[in-house]
Amino acid sequence: MIREYTLAAAAGVALTVLLELLILRTGLFRDPRYWVALAVIAAFQLLVNGVLTCPPIVSYDPAEILGPRIVCAPVEDLGFGFAMVTTTIALWRRAGSAPGER
Amino acid sequence: MLGRATYLALMAGCLLVTLPLELVLKAGVYRRPRRWLAAVLPVFLAFSFWDWLAIRRNHWSYSSTYTSGIELLGIPLEELVFFVVVPTCALLTYQAVVRLLPARASR
Repeated sequence: MIREYTLAAAAGVALTVLLELLILRTGLFRDPRYWVALAVIAAFQLLVNGVLTCPPIVSYDPAEILGPRIVCAPVEDLGFGFAMVTTTIALWRRAGSAPGER
Repeated sequence: MLGRATYLALMAGCLLVTLPLELVLKAGVYRRPRRWLAAVLPVFLAFSFWDWLAIRRNHWSYSSTYTSGIELLGIPLEELVFFVVVPTCALLTYQAVVRLLPARASR
């Protein structure tokens, strides 16, 4: 059985890294400020994830995830969050290098 | 406690907690609406689609106790709000770090 969320999360992470390295090329991964921001965001993500998955507000099909959980949320959520946050910051940096933007 | 408003209240909380980053640290996210849109709109569309697909493939589901029950195109309203609020909060955090740390070590 293929665990679809596991697969989707891994693909999301891979596509995000490729998008930055091959297309957007903002130098994000060489900028320590990105990693500092990512660490802060990850800490708050655990908090928000906890509120969403402990009660639970969002429930996961056990057949589609690996099993390990961090503050109630499946580990796959870390990949989902990384993909979403990293793509946002990369697009922001890219848009910032356009003429007329500071 | 907050019942069906719980998820939306969490999103409001995220916006409230990160607001000082704009107002005090001058993150400059809300003051650049075009740049904000260029970053958040593609992410909103892509991840709403991921959500739509995941709901249909039954990867996850939502509690009717803690959500409004309002749906748009088969996606809970809360999720659509999430895909605007969380990227925005991430940008505020990133910009706050940019304001606080010198660019010395980066290009």
